[in-house]
Amino acid sequence: MDTLMLSRLQFAFATFIHFIFVPLTLGLSILVAVMETKFVRTGDETYKRMAKFWGKLFLINFALGVVTGITLEFQFGTNWSRYSTFVGDIFGSLLAIEATAAFFLESTFLGVWIFGWNRLSPKLHCTSIWLVAFAANFSALWIILANGFMQHPVGYVIRNGRAELSSFLEVITNPYGWNAFLHTVTGSWALAGFFVIGVSAWHLLRKQHVDFFTKSFRIAAGFTLVSTLLVAAVGHRQGNIVAEVQPAKLAAMESHWETQKNAPMYLFAVPDPDNEKNSIEIGGIPSLLSLMAFNDPAAEVKGLKDFPAEDRPPVTLTFSAFRIMVGLGTAMLILAVLAFIARHHPEEASHKLLKAFLWAIPLPYIALQAGWAVAEVGRQPWIVYGIMRTKDAVSPIAAHQVGISLAAFFVVYILLASLDIYLLAKYARSDPH
Amino acid sequence: MDLGTIWFILWGVLWAVYFILDGFDLGIGSIMPFFAKSNEEKRIMYNAMGPFWDGNEVWLITAGGVTFAAFPKTYAVMFSALYTPLMLLLFALILRGVSFEFRSKVDSPGWRKLWDTCNFLGSFLPALLLGVAFANIFKGIPIDQDGILHGNLLTLLNPYGLAGGLLFVALFAHHGALWLAFKSEGDIHDRAVALAGKLWPVVAGLVVLFLVMSLFMTQLFANYLVNPLLFIILLGAVAGLVLTMTYRKAGRILASWGASAVLIGSAALFGVVGIFPALLPSSLNPAYSLTIQNSSSSPMTLAIMLGVALVFVPIVIAYQIWTMRTFSHPVTKADLDYEEAY
Repeated sequence: MDTLMLSRLQFAFATFIHFIFVPLTLGLSILVAVMETKFVRTGDETYKRMAKFWGKLFLINFALGVVTGITLEFQFGTNWSRYSTFVGDIFGSLLAIEATAAFFLESTFLGVWIFGWNRLSPKLHCTSIWLVAFAANFSALWIILANGFMQHPVGYVIRNGRAELSSFLEVITNPYGWNAFLHTVTGSWALAGFFVIGVSAWHLLRKQHVDFFTKSFRIAAGFTLVSTLLVAAVGHRQGNIVAEVQPAKLAAMESHWETQKNAPMYLFAVPDPDNEKNSIEIGGIPSLLSLMAFNDPAAEVKGLKDFPAEDRPPVTLTFSAFRIMVGLGTAMLILAVLAFIARHHPEEASHKLLKAFLWAIPLPYIALQAGWAVAEVGRQPWIVYGIMRTKDAVSPIAAHQVGISLAAFFVVYILLASLDIYLLAKYARSDPH
Repeated sequence: MDLGTIWFILWGVLWAVYFILDGFDLGIGSIMPFFAKSNEEKRIMYNAMGPFWDGNEVWLITAGGVTFAAFPKTYAVMFSALYTPLMLLLFALILRGVSFEFRSKVDSPGWRKLWDTCNFLGSFLPALLLGVAFANIFKGIPIDQDGILHGNLLTLLNPYGLAGGLLFVALFAHHGALWLAFKSEGDIHDRAVALAGKLWPVVAGLVVLFLVMSLFMTQLFANYLVNPLLFIILLGAVAGLVLTMTYRKAGRILASWGASAVLIGSAALFGVVGIFPALLPSSLNPAYSLTIQNSSSSPMTLAIMLGVALVFVPIVIAYQIWTMRTFSHPVTKADLDYEEAY
C-alpha cells in the first residue's frame, strides 16, 4: 500500500476509536451535571451518589477520549501536510480556538470536579461539572465547524496557492457545520441517555439498588426521548443541506444513478457500481427521495451517472452506512418512547423490555459511527469538497513510516479500548455507594 | 511590530508555558521509579499532579493548534518531517494519560506496575524527545525546499540534539522534585527537597554545556549580537538557576519552583529568539528555512486569532492559577483516602 492509502486507514481508524469515547462524554457530562444539580437543590444524598457513580463512568470513558483526540490534531500535520498548508489559515484557526476557548475549560474544571468534592462549596462544585459539560459540547462545535469547512467550504479565497480566510463570519456560521454539529451532539446525548437507561435496566433486572437506578432511569428517559426526536429532525435538515451542497454524496447515500424528477426511494437495494446501476431494487416509493431531499415530491434529484466517475464517492459503503444509521435511528426512536412511558416505574417493566434497553446500548454507537462514515466517505474523493482532492493532500513521507505507525495505532488503540470497555463494564456493574 | 512577529513571540511563549507546566508532571513521572518506596508514596506523587496534569497538557494542544493556525506551513513541515519522533511522543503521552485514570481502577499489584511503567515511559520519553526535537530545531534540521527531511530518527540523535534531550530530562526532573516537595510533607517532602538539591548541579552542568555547544555548533547567538538587549533572556536563565538553589536552601519551596519555571521558560525562549525570524531553520540551505515571511497565515487570520488569544488566554491563566491555589495544600493521608483520588 502507498502512503496515501495507509494514511487514510490510519486517520479513519484513529477517528473511529476516538469517536467511540467522545459521544458518551458529550451527553453523560450533562446528565451528571443534572444529577448534581438535583443534589444541590434537594440535599438528597441519592443524587450525590448518582453524580459520583455515573461520574466515575464518565471519567473512565473521558480518559481515552482525550488521549486519542490529541493524536488527531497532530495527524493533520504528520500525515496530511499538504492539506494543512492549504487550509491552515481557516482550519487551523478553528482547532486553535477549540483548544483555547473550550478544551482548557473542560480539562481544568474536570480536574477541579474530580478533586474538589470536599474542597469546594456544593454550588461551586456543581458549577464545575456544568462548565465541563458546556466546554465539551462547545469544543464539539469548533471541531465540527472545522469539518464543516471540509464538507462545504465557505468564507475563503484561493490566494498564493492556498485557501485564505476572506470572511470569518461565514466560516463560523457555515450552515453545514452548524447543522452537522446539532446532529452530532443530539445523537451523542441520545447515546448517553441510552447508556444510562441500559445500565440502569441491568441493575433493575437484578432488583438491586432499585431506588437509585429508577431515579437514574427517569432522568435519562426524558433526555433521551427529546434527544432522539431532535437528532431525527436535525438529520432530516442535514439531508436537505447535503442535497443542496453535496449532490454526489446524496446520490451515493441513496445509490441513485439516473437524474430524474419525482425520484423514488427504495426500501431495499443492492448497489452495483461497476455497472452503474442497482442489481436489486425492491419496494420503491414514488417521489419519496425527491420529497426527503428537497421537501418537494417533484424535485429533480441528480443521479450518480451525471458525475464523472472520478468525482463519485464509494457508493456501496456510503449507501450501507446511511441505511444503517437511519434504521438504527428509527429503532432508537421506538425504544426512547418505550423508555419514556416506563419512566415512572421502570422496575416494574417486563424483563423483555428491560433486556431490550440493555441490548440497546450499542445501537447509538453504531448509528453515530455509521453517520460519520456517511459524512466522511461520502465526501470523497475530496478532502475539501470541490477544491482539494484527498490524494493531493497527503504528506511527502515514506510509506514504511506510516505503515509502522498504523500498526502501532492498531495494537495500542485496540488494547486500550478493550481495557477501557472492560473497566466501563466493571464499574457499570458495581454497587453505587 | 507586525502581526507575524507578534505571533512568533506568542508561539515561543506558548511552548515555554507548556514546558513549564507539563514539565513538572513529566518530571514527577520520570523520577517516580527511583523515588517512591511504596505504593502510598507513588499515590502521593500521582495525586500531587492529579488536579493539574490534564489542564497542563492542553498547553501542548494549544501550541500545536497555534502553530497550525498562525504558521500552517511550519506546522505541516515540522510534524511531517519529524514524523517518527512525534509519533513516539504522542504514543508516550497516550500511555501516560490513561495511566492516571486506569491505575487505581483494579486492585492488583501487577496492574499497578503496568501503569506505573507506562507513566514513567510516558513522562521520561516526552521530556527526552521534546528536548531532542527542539535542540534540533534550534540548530536547524536537514529539510529541503519541499519540506522533506533528509535523514531519519538517528540524524536527530546528534550530540547537540542529545544534549538538548538530557537538558530537558534534567530540567523537568528537578522541576518535578520541587513541585512534589511543595505538594507533600514529612519524610517525602524532605527527600524531594534533597533530590532537587542533588539534581541541581546536573541541571547547572547541562545548562552550561548546552550554552557552550550552542556557541560552537549553532548560529543562535547571531541575533543576540545584533541586539544585545536580548541577553536579558540568558540573564533570566542564570537568575532562575541561581535563585532556585538559594530559595530551596532557604526552605521557600514554591519560590524555588517559580525560579525553576523561569529557568525552563528562559531556556526555551533562548532558542526561539535565536532562530528568529525562522520557525524551522533548514541546515541544508537557509533559503529552505520556514520563516515568518514564508509560512504565516493571512493577515486576517493572524488578526482574528490575536483577538481570540487576547480574550481567552488571560481567562485561562486566571482559572488555572485559581485551580493551583485551590489545590495548593500538601497531599496527606486524608487525600489518599478520598474516594476520587488516583
